[in-house]
Amino acid sequence: MIPLAAIDWHSVFFFLFAALACGCAVAVVAAENVVRMALYLVLSLGATAGLFFLAGAEFVGAMQLMIYVGGTLVLLVFGVMLTAQAPFVSIKTAPGDRVLAGVIGAALLAVLLQSAFSVPEWRKPAAGRDGEPAATPLGMALLGTRVDEASAGAPGGVRSGYLLPFEIVSVHLLVVLVGAAYLARAKRRRTPRAIEVAASMEPPATVAAHAAVGREGSRGGSVLAGGAR
Amino acid sequence: MQPSLSPLVASLLTEPVGVTHYLVVGAILFTAGVACMAVKRNALGVLMGIELVLNGANVNFVAFASPYLQAEGGKSLGLDGQAIALFVILLAAAEAAVALAITLNFYNNHATVDVDRADDLKG
Repeated sequence: MIPLAAIDWHSVFFFLFAALACGCAVAVVAAENVVRMALYLVLSLGATAGLFFLAGAEFVGAMQLMIYVGGTLVLLVFGVMLTAQAPFVSIKTAPGDRVLAGVIGAALLAVLLQSAFSVPEWRKPAAGRDGEPAATPLGMALLGTRVDEASAGAPGGVRSGYLLPFEIVSVHLLVVLVGAAYLARAKRRRTPRAIEVAASMEPPATVAAHAAVGREGSRGGSVLAGGAR
Repeated sequence: MQPSLSPLVASLLTEPVGVTHYLVVGAILFTAGVACMAVKRNALGVLMGIELVLNGANVNFVAFASPYLQAEGGKSLGLDGQAIALFVILLAAAEAAVALAITLNFYNNHATVDVDRADDLKG
């Protein structure tokens, strides 16, 4: 039995979140029902946010929870609900395709794991160094100023921030969301506007009115004409 | 606890984690995403696979960026890795919005979300 004081709780929570993330990712592949897939994806991405917190990237972890889990996945769940007709909730995959994907996935995983274990420097356990909160330097870097210690050792003492990529991504997100709203709008039949309704209603009514006016006018005209005569 | 498993489990639970642990998690997420993209016939399942792939890449970026996970004398990517991870999250949100709009359009026109039926351009 391991003595309780010897346990590294950081590692314990890492393995907890890692098992949750990997298990739910595999469950996304294995599940047939698209609603269950969405649920497993939420759990997997949430556990990944926990891994980010454990790695000291608290701002990225918070953004993962807010944007990914709170925004993107809610969008996906809405898509699932909008298209959840009975035949599409679970579309079966052919068993041959499953076997083929399993073989290809295993080969890809073998290559990735081999490369992950190939660098001895990465395999060494962490030195337990102290870091500082990354939210403030990250926010300053997004505004174009680097205040972290990496900028001190850079040639010239100055490293450029991320102002230009930040602006590009902002405008990109705006344009993309406007475009998505335009693409996904409901294409209902165009209802004619009130003035068009009036225009289309006009001919019979105006013809009748003109006819009446014409009759009266002609009668009056005839009267006048008669009076003039 | 089994006596044969005990040393391995003890070493896993008492040693601090390194970059490789995160890389293994990222590799599994990436592989699951690729398999999901290949296997699923529902267009939304393919989108979920894309999210998993981007997330696996993000795990690697954050792992290399973290100063806590580096060994003695190792140099971390620093702030750059976290900034790239943020950009990846934002672009994934944009990509999901557009892909979902296209999927809904396809569903309105074809009354299905099966990607195998999207063969209008097939010669």
